[in-house]
Amino acid sequence: MAERRIIQATGMRPLVRPGRVTLGATILALLAFAAVFAPLLAPHNPIDQDLMVSFLPPFWSDGADPAYPLGTDSLGRDVLSRLLYGARIALTVAVIAAFLAGLLGTVLGLLAGYFGGWVDALISRIVDIWLSFPPVLLSIVLVAVIGSGLHSVIIAIVVIDWTRFCRVVRAEVMVQRNQDYVAAAVTIGLGRWRTIVSEILPNVAPLLIVLFSLEMGIAIIVEAILSFVGLSVPSDFPTWGGLIQEGRLYVNQSPWLMVFPMVCIILSVLGLNALGDGLRHRLDPVMRR
Amino acid sequence: MNDMLAIEALRITIAGRNVLRDVSLAVPQGHVHGLVGESGAGKTMVARAVLGILPAAARVISGHIAFDGAEITHMSERERRALLGRGIALIPQDPMTALNPAFRIEHQIVDVLRHHFGLGRTAARAQALELMHQVHIRAPERVLRQFPHELSGGMRQRVLIAIAFACRPKLIIADEPSTALDVTVQRQVLRLIKHLQARENTAVLFVTHNLGVVAKICDTMTVLHAGRVVEEGSVEACFERPAHAYTRALMAATPRYDQPAAALAPVPEALSRDLADEATAWDARHGAA
Repeated sequence: MAERRIIQATGMRPLVRPGRVTLGATILALLAFAAVFAPLLAPHNPIDQDLMVSFLPPFWSDGADPAYPLGTDSLGRDVLSRLLYGARIALTVAVIAAFLAGLLGTVLGLLAGYFGGWVDALISRIVDIWLSFPPVLLSIVLVAVIGSGLHSVIIAIVVIDWTRFCRVVRAEVMVQRNQDYVAAAVTIGLGRWRTIVSEILPNVAPLLIVLFSLEMGIAIIVEAILSFVGLSVPSDFPTWGGLIQEGRLYVNQSPWLMVFPMVCIILSVLGLNALGDGLRHRLDPVMRR
Repeated sequence: MNDMLAIEALRITIAGRNVLRDVSLAVPQGHVHGLVGESGAGKTMVARAVLGILPAAARVISGHIAFDGAEITHMSERERRALLGRGIALIPQDPMTALNPAFRIEHQIVDVLRHHFGLGRTAARAQALELMHQVHIRAPERVLRQFPHELSGGMRQRVLIAIAFACRPKLIIADEPSTALDVTVQRQVLRLIKHLQARENTAVLFVTHNLGVVAKICDTMTVLHAGRVVEEGSVEACFERPAHAYTRALMAATPRYDQPAAALAPVPEALSRDLADEATAWDARHGAA
């Protein structure tokens, strides 16, 4: 629709189709590229200090050093390199945590939705109890108890966010299991597990893709929060949340130290949300009539 | 003549209310038996009881269901599963939802064949193609590659008939297989079922509310009202000398090409009331309300 309007108004086909999926996928691809090739892209070692060049401004300001395109921090570390390495951690956490949360939530959601009865009651009550905890507080307490580090951050996100998958999958399975094709699967002699895994699950899959994308965005935020409060990886290792935390101290002197990682987080989350949202619109009408 | 399906005094309740009140019927091998009644008469409940897919709240209070001489009323799920597909198959009511929207037609047929006969992929594919021919689908190769939403209702119903006959079952339950289709397609589908049934000598329990359809393809019939059998016998006998006032009323309510529409008469209210009273009296005699 949007495309047709643009063609009508300008007589030209737009160069890039305006679409959330395109936008989101592009941002995600850039993020993945930065994360995978950080060692090649980064001009400096992200933890090398050089006090002679501390607080250099970004390239467009006076007194910038072209060797440090986005400037340096209080200890003379290259901001661009630290952001690139920060993307690694953000993306690692996002992918692994979203996958594990999705796995746990989906399995429980399938069980609750398919079997109903006491199985559903049990799982749903657990979800209700879970949702009554403030998530950020829960994650901080959790990491404080099991100790900091990348593992703990991932575990914290999984433990908090599996409910998101569980609720949505449960509701969708309840809809699907009343479709005749499920009864038909039973009447051709398929067992329960086969019915769940090979008949219902593929119909829930589009939803899972959407949820996974949204969950990655959430995981990036939670990771940033935890590294902001110093509960993620050791502090000299660069994370976006950690960079914000460090930049906070010098916000009057060189605000860029705080702005750059914020922009990274905002863009990543925006991209992932746009991707998830766009996919939801694109995948829905095909599967549901 | 041996009965492929024999139901004897079957009584089923849902949440304490009687839905089947001592229903008996028999389907001999190679015969098509019509099960007729208005909505809510319990037709579908009979079909589901035979297939073992009763709703969770339903209870079999008394009576027997025998398939090919063997009692199946209280079979375990595992035993019944072995029976479904190869022994008893279903042609479902709504071709729109009875195929799994996530898979190509080929996958859905091949799956059944592999599951029940342990055929290899190539053999199963050849067999699927043969089945497509048997249900008179033109361009079967193309249809096999399509998804359910790409097919018309009539085509989908043909695919479902192919799946039902795929395992050469001894008994087929056809649950209003033509109701969701328009009249011309309905006719073709009925003919197809009759043709395959006659060739394979399959017993068919044909559930419908349409007396015209019964007259066309059934040998014997049972009229159900409020979960009670009000009439049974050969189709000719029932049509020529209906014993029960309700059967006569149903026939008067069925449109005929040789009579004006004005000749149609709804089921008289007094008769409906009498029938409802009889059902209540039955409940009183059998102790459940």
